[in-house]
Amino acid sequence: MNTVAVILAVLLALACVAIVARPFLREPTTEDDRLTDLPAAEQERLRLVEERDRALAALKELEFDHRTGKVSDDDYRELVGPLRHQAAQALRALEPRAAPGGRAVPREDVRA
Amino acid sequence: MPVEVRAGEDVLMPELGRAVLVVALGLLLYACVAGAVAAVRGRRRLLESARNALFASFGAVAVAAVVLLVALADHDFSVVYVAEHTSLELPLGYTLSAFWSGQEGSLLLWLLVLTGMGAAAVALNGRLTRDVLPWTVPILGGVATFFAFLLVFVASPFATAAAPADGAGLNPSLQNPYMLAHPPLLYLGYVGLTIPFAFAMAALASRRTDERWIVATRRWTLASWTFLGVAILLGAKWAYEEVGWGGWYAWDPVENAALMPWLVATAYLHSVMVQEKKNMLRVWNVVLVAGAFALSLFGTFLTRSGVINSIHSFTQSSIGAWFLAFIAVVIAASVTLILVRLRLLRSPTRLESLVSREAAFLYNNLFLVALALTILWGVVFPLVSEAVRGVALTVGAPYYNFFAIAFGLPLVLLMGIGPLVAWRRASLRALGKSLSWPAGVALTVGVILTLLGAGSSPAALVGYTFAAFVLAAIVLEFVRGTRARRALAGESWPSAFAGLVGRNRRRYGGYIVHASIVLLLVGAAGIGGFGKTTEAKLAPGEALRVGGYELTYLESGERRGANAIEARARFAVSRGGDELGTVSAGKNRYLAEEQVSNEVAIRSDWLRAEDVFVIVNQFDADGSVSVKALVNPLVNFIWLAGLVFLLGSVVTMWPDAREQRRLERRFAYAPA
Repeated sequence: MNTVAVILAVLLALACVAIVARPFLREPTTEDDRLTDLPAAEQERLRLVEERDRALAALKELEFDHRTGKVSDDDYRELVGPLRHQAAQALRALEPRAAPGGRAVPREDVRA
Repeated sequence: MPVEVRAGEDVLMPELGRAVLVVALGLLLYACVAGAVAAVRGRRRLLESARNALFASFGAVAVAAVVLLVALADHDFSVVYVAEHTSLELPLGYTLSAFWSGQEGSLLLWLLVLTGMGAAAVALNGRLTRDVLPWTVPILGGVATFFAFLLVFVASPFATAAAPADGAGLNPSLQNPYMLAHPPLLYLGYVGLTIPFAFAMAALASRRTDERWIVATRRWTLASWTFLGVAILLGAKWAYEEVGWGGWYAWDPVENAALMPWLVATAYLHSVMVQEKKNMLRVWNVVLVAGAFALSLFGTFLTRSGVINSIHSFTQSSIGAWFLAFIAVVIAASVTLILVRLRLLRSPTRLESLVSREAAFLYNNLFLVALALTILWGVVFPLVSEAVRGVALTVGAPYYNFFAIAFGLPLVLLMGIGPLVAWRRASLRALGKSLSWPAGVALTVGVILTLLGAGSSPAALVGYTFAAFVLAAIVLEFVRGTRARRALAGESWPSAFAGLVGRNRRRYGGYIVHASIVLLLVGAAGIGGFGKTTEAKLAPGEALRVGGYELTYLESGERRGANAIEARARFAVSRGGDELGTVSAGKNRYLAEEQVSNEVAIRSDWLRAEDVFVIVNQFDADGSVSVKALVNPLVNFIWLAGLVFLLGSVVTMWPDAREQRRLERRFAYAPA
């Protein structure tokens, strides 16, 4: 094998090894090497936020469909009540919770 | 005559290429194994190390790609791949495009795109999918390891031999400008489907089946689907100009290989909206993502293995068995993972009504997947028949055309009905009111076209009527949406329109994509239903008539081109007594490749949206020529559809700062 090719390949391999070993070189010893999973409370918050966004989007969609004539007045009246209830429930479920870092859920977040 | 391998820097390059591929294989294997160990044992530094290996592998593969490009540009014929796919006379553009013209180069391109996209997707989604990432890295690493293994042990682009004085040249069919863009785009599409697959499977493996994997991969999926769609149309344009039979899509196995994952990805892009809005179809969506990925692998296998006879398959090789084994592993692993996590994927919501937007998406999915499976059966049937009966029976265009019409027309109809149906449920009265305008427009168009004589092709007539229905529905959607927004915000018509599209990019970009499919239908129905063909043997001065045009054969001659002898016959074109100029068609005889290609003449009339297409089948010694001439009505709508498709896709993918802020708030995790 050509010497220059060998040298170049070895240099590249060494650079790659340095990149791969970097986390261990940066922290040779560590008290906590565990992968931080999302806390259960945060997972629950995510689930509730998903539900809230889904409920609010459904309400927004219904309003728009009603305005554009895809949903009749009768259908709108029938559908809007349960959707509002669902959205209110989702909002209530999030209300007592503080957002990450202890801050309250921002109002614009609720409007989204 | 073979000559000795040149010593010095020419030898350096292939050896360096081989070495960096070995380094890349080592890195990817490490990313796969160390990543999996980190995920199972929950080791943070090991995961970071595996992720870094994935990043570094992109650098190593990029070096290998540069080495191959330099070898190509340098005409280093000691590299077997360069000697087999280029020649000294080949123009530089095609010399460099030989990178993806052969099997080994294509595999290298696959790996380059995969490691690049994989590294970018992991880097960009590190925060959003923090607890999914431990499994994303080993899955991406595992897929890439397979390709690196092939490149190192089975099909190396850096194999060397005694250098011949000149190379074998490039397949003449590939010496076409569209071939500079078609394969890379196709590979971007194929490879891009690995990203949603890796995140979806990682979400299952890590038991995090919430929406984050969908949000993280939304743009990657859209981009891959766009690349695949554009690549299919560029391939069709190439076939139209280069293969020279006068058509644009021949249901060739390799063409179908790209269409199948595109259809399944299209189904996914629709059904994922149902998951986002209603939390339904969660199992179906991961099945579609896995199916699209498996079909993209199958497409690469078909193109590269030579297992099926195709004009697009430029190789016969031994990688087929490896690919089949890998596809089997991917399918088995995906099915097992989905079954094991089925409980997590069960949807708490049910379909409320069969007349609703989500039901329309469901019907659309069934037709799209049925069409993809029908095509798949047509593609594999020759293999099955050969294995079972010992005879390779081929499946012809009538089979595909039948199912394309049977499943395609209802799909087109659904493109018009779906947007006009409300989510959850719609009363038939409201739906009837919404559909009355598009249906009225469609009926009017149908009657006018029948009166104009379009009934000679019933399938085309139905296609145009449906196309009018969909276009009217799309226009209605834009008008009603703009009017509603204007009434709500008191804006002018233009700003209400801009606001409507700007705030709902996915929906209205999607409608633009629907319009492109309508244009495609118009073009395909035009060329399929109303095309005209005439064949004749002409002496100088004689003429043939086709579809209102007259072609008079003037003369023929030969000239030396860049790397071929170009024989051309010249024809004067006229219509209704008006001279429209001349066209030249003939054949190229490639010197290094020792092959002959048809070089067709195409005269496009953009106002009439039709082409006069001339093929010279034979030059006779007495100066006469055997000519086939076609008039392809509305064919240019197909190419226009490509541009509109691209526009719609860009609108859909265009970043929305408001949406981005909303997602950032939604996924603002507590500090670790």
